[in-house]
Amino acid sequence: MSEDVIKVEGLTKVFNGSLVAVDHINFSVKHGEIFGFLGPNGAGKTTTINMLITLLRPTEGKASILGSDIAKQNVDVRSSIGFVPQEYTADEDLTGYENILLCADLYGIPKTVSKKRGLDLLNLVDLAPFKDKRVQTYSGGMRRRLELACGLVNRPKVLFLDEPTLGLDVQTRAAIWNYVRMLKKEFGMTIFMTTHYLEEADALCDRIAIIDHGKIVVVGTPEELKESLGGDIITLAIQKDIDITELMRKIEHVVDVKKENGAYLIKSENGEVTAPLIIEALRREGHIVIRLSLTKPTLNEVYLQYTGKSLRDTEESREAVMAQRTTLGKART
Amino acid sequence: MSENGKVSKNRLHGLWALTNRELKKWYKAPIVFLLTIIQPIIWMGLLGKSMNIGAIFSSSQIPVIAFNPPLTASQLGQLNTAFQSLSSSIMTNTFGVTDYFSYMAMGMVVFVTLFTAAFSGMSVVWDRRLGFLNKVLSTPVSRSVIILSKVFSAALRSIFQAAIVVFVAIVFGLKFGTNFTVFSVFGVFAIVFLIGMGLSSLFIAINLRATRIETPQAVMNLITLPLMFASNAFVPINLMPGWLQVVAKVNPMSYTTDAVRRLMIFSNGMGKFPFSPPFDFAYVAIFAATLTTVGIILSWRFLNK
Repeated sequence: MSEDVIKVEGLTKVFNGSLVAVDHINFSVKHGEIFGFLGPNGAGKTTTINMLITLLRPTEGKASILGSDIAKQNVDVRSSIGFVPQEYTADEDLTGYENILLCADLYGIPKTVSKKRGLDLLNLVDLAPFKDKRVQTYSGGMRRRLELACGLVNRPKVLFLDEPTLGLDVQTRAAIWNYVRMLKKEFGMTIFMTTHYLEEADALCDRIAIIDHGKIVVVGTPEELKESLGGDIITLAIQKDIDITELMRKIEHVVDVKKENGAYLIKSENGEVTAPLIIEALRREGHIVIRLSLTKPTLNEVYLQYTGKSLRDTEESREAVMAQRTTLGKART
Repeated sequence: MSENGKVSKNRLHGLWALTNRELKKWYKAPIVFLLTIIQPIIWMGLLGKSMNIGAIFSSSQIPVIAFNPPLTASQLGQLNTAFQSLSSSIMTNTFGVTDYFSYMAMGMVVFVTLFTAAFSGMSVVWDRRLGFLNKVLSTPVSRSVIILSKVFSAALRSIFQAAIVVFVAIVFGLKFGTNFTVFSVFGVFAIVFLIGMGLSSLFIAINLRATRIETPQAVMNLITLPLMFASNAFVPINLMPGWLQVVAKVNPMSYTTDAVRRLMIFSNGMGKFPFSPPFDFAYVAIFAATLTTVGIILSWRFLNK
């Protein structure tokens, strides 16, 4: 088996003959990697995940998971993956434990095994004290954790997480992140996740693919992507109106100097080192620094660079997200 | 986390788990469970007792004033007796039994399965909307098992409801036929299971691709009442106009109702009915098998997109 756990070549999905949701994408996910699909709502993230977990047939192209073709060997694919959908799919009328046992039965896991494993998983996501309570009484965070536990019941080699923290509060989000990190660290699980939260992609993912209008615009580690912007930005203002561009260019790590509205925008490969050097150099020349700030590039700037729009603009309330999802859901069927 | 060797190779794995889920959703929700018990009681109490067709032929309906000179007491007594024997023979010729309540109650046994079946169509749409369907589809469970679990749970619920209707009918004064034994009840359960399978497959097949909860409701309104009226559930087929008789003789509801009546209330040699019990069972079994197969084939087609 190759090292690539997920291999995608020219994968395409067209709905109703005209709506191109995913447009000839190529990528691969390595063993033990957390791979993030980052993009705004409607970019094609869920469609891609649905094709990979064999819910949707690709219109064109192919993909394989652990060497099994998603179209031809779909039962093999289904047996070896876990899927945590973005909705709360646990049955509200059943208890948490009953839900896990139901999931286990769907994978054909014998009761003798699933009874013990179900308890272990509930322990893992800290739901053991609530195992005999109906899911109806669970909070959003508890339901999300239960979904996660259900997705792990067949001990998958590859776990698919669709928007794992959508609509969760900051604390619960951090808790989910910890579980995901633990799965990677302790079980060496390969994880494919979609998200439209930049900080989530940044905090969790080993590699990120930015997807927009059904196309992958760039793939890389968060650091690579940020570095691809050319480095940190130091914004500087001095008292006298003298051109110091040449002076700045000589300083270590500086790549570019621009003057904008009376302030200098200095791009540096290593902002922390450059900033003190700048102050020193200016003081030696007798200039007085009145303002200096250092900005590290964030994924937001990366996103802006590659898609031409800010992801923050597309972050919406949960209601708006759900409304859009309904519209998309109709288009998909 | 990589021992997967214990996964079952049985194509039907998960069938009982999913069926059990449907049943648990039903009996663990006290209000839903209570309503399924109350519904047949209300139907029987209201419809069964208000449509008292037998009362039309009671002697109190004789227009006494019409006789001139007035009848003597003994003449009136003779007329009463004659009228009663006439009315019971009319009832028996028309309905096969002397009281309409018994006739209708056995129609009700089949009628309530229609609603149970219609709800299984609704549950498909709910599972889709709530994302549960996608979750199940992402597991190696066979697509036909997803459909079969809904069909079986609806059929099992139908048996339960049939038992309640029979019980309530007995309380309200059901008159058993001379052939009735305890085993007849099991015969009723068997055919109700079959019709429950067939009807729920029908509703599931229709709603397999629906994404809006309004669809199964509209389908239910469209299908249930015509299916009921174009059958012998409440009115004998030979009282219907010719074209409706044609429909009623195709309608599997008619065969089910006929079988239930033969098992429960008809006595030997009563009534002129177009069907025979083995034919009833064969017809309903073929209906159930055909529609379940259609449902499974459609599930391969439409649950994988």
